[in-house]
Amino acid sequence: MNDAPPLLHIRGVAKTFGAVRALRSADLEVRAGEAHALMGANGAGKSTLVKIITGVFPADAGEMALAGRTVAFRSPAEARRAGIVSVYQDPAIVPDLTVAQNMRLARVSTDKVKAAMRDLGVERIDLRTVARDVDFALLRLIDLARALASDPRILMLDEITAALPADLSERVFKVVRDFRSRGASVIFISHRMAEIAMLCDRATVLRDGITVGVTPTRGAEETIVNLMLGSDVAKATTAQGARPARPETAHEVPALEVKDLSYGHALHGVSFRVNRGEVLGVAALEGQGQEELFDCIAGVRRADAGEVRAEGRVLKLRHPADAIRAGLVLVPANRLVSLLPQRSVQENVALAAFGRLRSWGPIAMGEERRRVDMAVRKLQIDTRAAAEVRRLSGGNMQKVVIARWIAAGFKTLLCFDPTRGIDIGTKQQIYALMREIAGQGLSVLLFTSELPEIRLACDRAIVLFGGRISGEMPAAEADEARLLRAAHGLTRAEAAAALA
Amino acid sequence: MTDASARNTGSSWRTLARAGRFLGMPLLLAASLAATIAVHPDFGSFEIQSLALGALPLALAAAAQAIVVISGGIDLSIGSMIAVSNVLSASLMQHATFSQSLALSIVVLIAGAGQGLLNGLVVAFSRIPDVVATLTTGFIWGGVALLILERPGGGAPAAYLNIGAGADFWPWLPNALVMMIVAIAAIWLPIRLSRIGLLIYAAGSDPVAAFRSGVDVMRARTIAYVFSGIACAVGGMALTMTTGIGAPLAGAYYTLSSVAAVVIGGVSLAGGRGGMVGPVIAALLLTLAPMVLVFLGIDPNYGQVIQGTLIVMVVMIAGFFAFLQERK
Repeated sequence: MNDAPPLLHIRGVAKTFGAVRALRSADLEVRAGEAHALMGANGAGKSTLVKIITGVFPADAGEMALAGRTVAFRSPAEARRAGIVSVYQDPAIVPDLTVAQNMRLARVSTDKVKAAMRDLGVERIDLRTVARDVDFALLRLIDLARALASDPRILMLDEITAALPADLSERVFKVVRDFRSRGASVIFISHRMAEIAMLCDRATVLRDGITVGVTPTRGAEETIVNLMLGSDVAKATTAQGARPARPETAHEVPALEVKDLSYGHALHGVSFRVNRGEVLGVAALEGQGQEELFDCIAGVRRADAGEVRAEGRVLKLRHPADAIRAGLVLVPANRLVSLLPQRSVQENVALAAFGRLRSWGPIAMGEERRRVDMAVRKLQIDTRAAAEVRRLSGGNMQKVVIARWIAAGFKTLLCFDPTRGIDIGTKQQIYALMREIAGQGLSVLLFTSELPEIRLACDRAIVLFGGRISGEMPAAEADEARLLRAAHGLTRAEAAAALA
Repeated sequence: MTDASARNTGSSWRTLARAGRFLGMPLLLAASLAATIAVHPDFGSFEIQSLALGALPLALAAAAQAIVVISGGIDLSIGSMIAVSNVLSASLMQHATFSQSLALSIVVLIAGAGQGLLNGLVVAFSRIPDVVATLTTGFIWGGVALLILERPGGGAPAAYLNIGAGADFWPWLPNALVMMIVAIAAIWLPIRLSRIGLLIYAAGSDPVAAFRSGVDVMRARTIAYVFSGIACAVGGMALTMTTGIGAPLAGAYYTLSSVAAVVIGGVSLAGGRGGMVGPVIAALLLTLAPMVLVFLGIDPNYGQVIQGTLIVMVVMIAGFFAFLQERK
């Protein structure tokens, strides 16, 4: 079996971005004619590895061999010439060109594309249509058809089925199986365990930038989930005692209620409620609709359907100001988006409060200073670099964003991944702050990409998968294994179907 | 796929928007000419000739700007590059014969391509935003123009100066208009009809998707700057023809006017969208407007206010059509 060298062999690949070590030591071995799954939780390094393989950026260390020959691609064009073609989550189709022009851009023959489109069942698309006017799901299939038409030796599919209806997914699988039978290989990245069991022979699991295991996929869901979780999880989940569930009274009006919220391909009828004095955790793998959910509630995007109620009142959310007026305030993932980096901590904190203190006329400086000082003290913001917010550490910037809303006043804090890239001490302070906010009868909706945080900071958790809620549980039961299973859409029924 | 009815209404809006995009500019020009004749019945073939001649440098500046903007950049050194070509041609050709001056035109074209190439390389390799990079190179080219010719002067053989004057084919088809169409077609068609055009549109429309499709985005944008430099060289020589001399500071008008022409002409400043007909017609309109205001006997200072207001209105109408097209 192992006589011939594997088609693609990657050893010890590492990549660092600034202070973030995205990959420490990634190994990957893909045989000719194999469908190989690449798996890992958020931030495990999957997409970094894919981008290194396709030459989007170079690796800092490690080796890559294609059919026994050492290679390093400097651009996607080079990788393409060597026979490695990737279909990304967002289609690499230029919106202002026609479909046919996009094919010419990648130098593939139109006849082959037409054949591939016929196989995928999308031959009805007029090649003269401008790509901007084509449905998103169809664009992904066009991208796939283009990739297939270039006859790659290795085809990488990154969440290809994420926005596809079930019938189109079926066709994709059939086409990919045919493609394999011609001796080419597929690297398949997906969060859907059932698809992986159906399509792939083996899976490589990444955790924290390290390849932690390679396993055959059939009937190995448990093994894969355990590999993704790592051995230290057992300790962590038992060591941290969870908070007792908060007694809920059925008739109380929730601080925030979301009903049947839908947004494009990202959200499909999401409903949940956050009670007063409750921290509701949201867990999800990347791209499951959590960003759109927070944006819709905060008035940054307009939902297609559904309603948002604050304290029982239906809100018309056309602008962030509408949400802020209703006491729904957003702490976004990218701190710099909401801060004025060159201005002082005081000004940044006071910014949101201006409107409250006095709508017109001069700013009430004394009142402003009093409120700001209170918020800064409360959050223990390190004020040594207070003159310019951009010189603060990430954790302190995050605190400034939260301090702003504390100074301005709010009812429900929408916190999107507040602890990403923050040191452990500051993380603890932010958890404590969440609890304190809840203790005052205010509410928090907290999305976090770090699953153990759900038990540390939340009362209850919901899990998003494919734009739908795939699980809801009290924090006491929200151990990592359970959250991760729900986050992969693994309900019992689906797991059973995958095994069958 | 599911919402057929919603789609149909959307597509009828889009059809309207598309028709507006293709026919809007020619209709606007026709309407403006009709209005001009209404206020000034003497407007005839001679006025058409002076309009075409006056618009020639701006039309080429607009073409230069359009190529760069389509590729996803913006060129604020256009005025200075036109000035360099203007003074370079006027000082080289001062004592030349007609046939020598034609040969020297090729030297000016090469110099223009060189300036464009440098612009492109600065943008591609320094990763400084286009606005900053071309603003600074614009200062350099402005200095170069002053080094070549300190004060207005120089000249060219009369035969050369008269290439664009008159109307040899038909009184209503001025030579300047023929020259405009030929020069811009000679620059634009090789781009539009080849793979280069595809790369330039792709790089401007979505650089990430283009890069992932295997396009060398920075090379495509550098090529766009080179063609921009060539168009500026033609524009500078056209300026020599219309004014008869070289003037190191005469280019300043063309930088922002070219941006205005491009915006009015329906080229998206975000890149990847638009063509060449719109900006060129916009250059004619921008030249016609002050002429009409003179016919009307309006104080030139008011004239500038009115012209600015007209630009804003045209851009708003174009923005409305773009909005219709976005709606689905």
